[in-house]
Amino acid sequence: MTENFEPVIIGFTCNWCSYRAADLAGTARIKYPPNVRLIRMMCSGRLDPSFVMKAFSEGADGVLITGCHPGECHYLEQNYKALRRFLLMRRTLAQFGIEPGRVKLVWASAAEGVRLANEISKIVEEVRALGPLNWPKWKDNGVHKIALHELEEV
Amino acid sequence: MTTEKSENKERIGVYVCHCGSNIAGIVDVQDVAEWAGRDLAERGVVVSRDYKFMCSSLGQELIEKDIQEEGLTRVVVAACSPHLHEATFRTACSRAGLNPYLCELVSIREQVSWVHTDKEAATEKSKAVLSGGVERVIHHEPLEPLHVPIHPATLVVGGGISGIQAALEIADAGFPVYMVEREPSIGGHMAQFDKTFPTLDCSACILTPKMVSVGNHPNINLFTWSEVEKVDGYVGNFTVTIRKKARYIKTELCTGCGICQEKCPKKLIDDVYEAGLGYRKAVYTPFPQAVPKYPVIDRENCTFFQKGTCKVCQKFCPTDAIDFEQEDELITVQVGNIILATGFDLFDPRKVSQYGYGRLANVFSSLEFERLTNAAGPTNGNIVLRDGVTTPRAVGIIHCVGSRDRNFNNYCSVICCMQSLKFAHLVHERTGATVYNFYIDMRTAYKEYDEFYQRILEEGTLFVRGKVAEVTGAARSPGEEGRLIIQVEDTLAGKQRRIPVDMVILSAALQPRYDAKEVAHKFGISCSANGWYIEKHPKLDPVATMTEGIFIAGCVQGPKDIPTSVSQGAAAAARILGRIQQKEIALEPVRASVDQDKCSGCRICNSMCPFNAIIFHEDRMVTEVNPALCQGCGTCIAACPAGAISGTGFSDQQILAQIEGLLMVNFEHARVAELG
Ligand SMILES: Cc1cc2nc3c(=O)[nH]c(=O)nc-3n(C[C@H](O)[C@H](O)[C@H](O)COP(=O)(O)OP(=O)(O)OC[C@H]3O[C@@H](n4cnc5c(N)ncnc54)[C@H](O)[C@@H]3O)c2cc1C
Ligand code: SF4
Ligand code: SF4
Ligand code: FES
Repeated sequence: MTENFEPVIIGFTCNWCSYRAADLAGTARIKYPPNVRLIRMMCSGRLDPSFVMKAFSEGADGVLITGCHPGECHYLEQNYKALRRFLLMRRTLAQFGIEPGRVKLVWASAAEGVRLANEISKIVEEVRALGPLNWPKWKDNGVHKIALHELEEV
Repeated sequence: MTTEKSENKERIGVYVCHCGSNIAGIVDVQDVAEWAGRDLAERGVVVSRDYKFMCSSLGQELIEKDIQEEGLTRVVVAACSPHLHEATFRTACSRAGLNPYLCELVSIREQVSWVHTDKEAATEKSKAVLSGGVERVIHHEPLEPLHVPIHPATLVVGGGISGIQAALEIADAGFPVYMVEREPSIGGHMAQFDKTFPTLDCSACILTPKMVSVGNHPNINLFTWSEVEKVDGYVGNFTVTIRKKARYIKTELCTGCGICQEKCPKKLIDDVYEAGLGYRKAVYTPFPQAVPKYPVIDRENCTFFQKGTCKVCQKFCPTDAIDFEQEDELITVQVGNIILATGFDLFDPRKVSQYGYGRLANVFSSLEFERLTNAAGPTNGNIVLRDGVTTPRAVGIIHCVGSRDRNFNNYCSVICCMQSLKFAHLVHERTGATVYNFYIDMRTAYKEYDEFYQRILEEGTLFVRGKVAEVTGAARSPGEEGRLIIQVEDTLAGKQRRIPVDMVILSAALQPRYDAKEVAHKFGISCSANGWYIEKHPKLDPVATMTEGIFIAGCVQGPKDIPTSVSQGAAAAARILGRIQQKEIALEPVRASVDQDKCSGCRICNSMCPFNAIIFHEDRMVTEVNPALCQGCGTCIAACPAGAISGTGFSDQQILAQIEGLLMVNFEHARVAELG
């Protein structure tokens, strides 16, 4: 199964830097694998950990979170908050049996189209190596929903 | 989930753009549109079309017609990046009577067709991206843009030619300007030059009147020897704190007579204005035409400040204007818009060690040479060797030092070819020396520029095409004794050559200011990896930035000549004047708000906001967001454990729905289902 396995990665990108980096990668025709699907947010600080849980529970094999470099957040310091949340979340995810390699936080400035493309290629390969995530199996017995709900409550 | 979903009653129109062959060349757009019309019908898609150019007026009319005839309540366009055409499609919707925020643009060009090569995978991804947009748009709400008032004053940072132009345009239109310049005088690099290409008009003659206008203008408040310390607030109303460094001169008494500089016993090398070639005193005005005319005392080098005794200047000052007690002042001003025009630094040619700058006396940098030719410079405009007397018989000018070179800067510094040709002319005219220009490619593309090149060719300058390998003082033959030898591969002749000269001039690259990144951060704008400030759009919006209310002009955005710097200064001013006239600006209504019934008063969000937009009401124990201060980053929304905060434009529902859409949760063929 892993041989032809094409992972699906959801990317949460900050409007000011990494979404522009994705635009730039496009304008410069830099190639990367089609496995990633991006969601634009105003800032990496908008990332609610439950979005990540949602993505995994609905079938994503990996999640890429991108924001401005430390010190360059359009909203001054919100990417530091994103970083703190990310570190906490990774531990929580491990408790759900999700390998840390499936979530990645990457800083990419608006000028770093090449870097973003490389990071996308990297996470696609890393998640491909990890194989499909088995979370969707729980999908219909509602377990993940309770989990998600609990996480929101915390 | 699925039951919840089928409640959707929206009538959605989907439009898939070909973008000529830009998208259609890789994505089967017809298949995507047909698929959406069929498989997303259950999600509310009632119209699905593909069209050659959605952004054309015909494409927009297609949407408008459908809104009116099909009663669309939501629109999704699959085309280019929202940063490019979101506004276009929103406006189209609004023309047809649909609230513009009920439109969603998803990118299948920048994020699909331009970055992927496998047609099938690209088509599948386009469907997923479109499905994400459809799910998201269902949860959009009609919104009204926010209107913020624009304070009529403008801050211009940097008093080089681009900043000067911008300030004058705005001030002449009758609005107040604060100009902040770090050096004791405005003028920037242009004040250092003698002649300017291609017309060879005298730099001071065209610059000085403008500097004087800035100094005298009733609408310009000039702060020199000053820097911006802090910037708060947002477009329309920035609060800027300016540090006015102590000058140790009472400007109200100083007449600019210059006696203090004459008498000051402390002489030191002037690295800034004289590019290290001349001297100044510890109390100085950088050059005679300085604006303002008042000198400054450079504390680091003043004998009194360093050793405790001296005060010679004070003894001689006829108006008692010297004040050693002065302290830095912090001044706060309100402005609606800001222009950054902080210019460039010259690349340090020492880094190209094989050219011998700093080691071989008669190797000069381009700025040093500007000072050498300047009639008001250290040699009164005489082109002489470092000994101060000998006129060179042969001069070599090396182009592209630190530019177009992987070891330093990949980019072309734009002005160096023309500046090197200008130097060739000046050497020729003033010394009659033989001049060699060493170039890789001759870049003289602008009005009258190539004509100037032809003129220099006719004057007899010798052009050697090839990158210089080395400049050395090690002679191999008697003819080379005591001279500088330029070792170069002449690529037109296909030969290695050794050319002895007496003087070498290095046309060094223009590079971002050493503190460009720090300054960019202070103003909340982005710069490229090397430090040039990034414009909002490289072609269509060259002086705006991604940060509302912050504009850029001149070399801060990238290397350029004086005419382009002036045009950008004027362009930035025009943009700002337009806003001031409008008195207000419409902003994206992306803001957070707290549902006070849901708020538990836990105060977790209270520390999240860097803009102090979150207020806690102690009496009612609930939190509120001040929409005037909120910038819509969404960090508090994500932090609230009670789910009490929601954000317009980027609500939880919108994002969660988009995740479902992107993962095609609804579809049989989704990998999810296969696994289940
Ligand atoms: C050797 C040489 C020769 C040239 N000859 C020509 C020529 O003949 N013709 C031509 O068209 N072009 C020429 N150019 C290009 C020309 O110098 C530039 O186009 C022009 O100077 C750009 O102006 P500017 O205002 O953008 O920047 P600058 O001239 O660099 O001015 C920027 C100003 O901002 C100030 N500043 C910087 N940082 C701060 C800060 N943080 N806070 C406050 N103030 C700050 C600086 O002190 C300076 O006064 C030449 C360039 C070089 C290097
Ligand atoms: S985090 Fe939520 S519940 Fe807590 S104070 Fe803020 S809005 Fe209220
Ligand atoms: S979204 Fe919240 S944290 Fe961000 S600016 Fe608005 S109030 Fe502050
Ligand atoms: S705006 Fe990019 S991380 Fe905050």
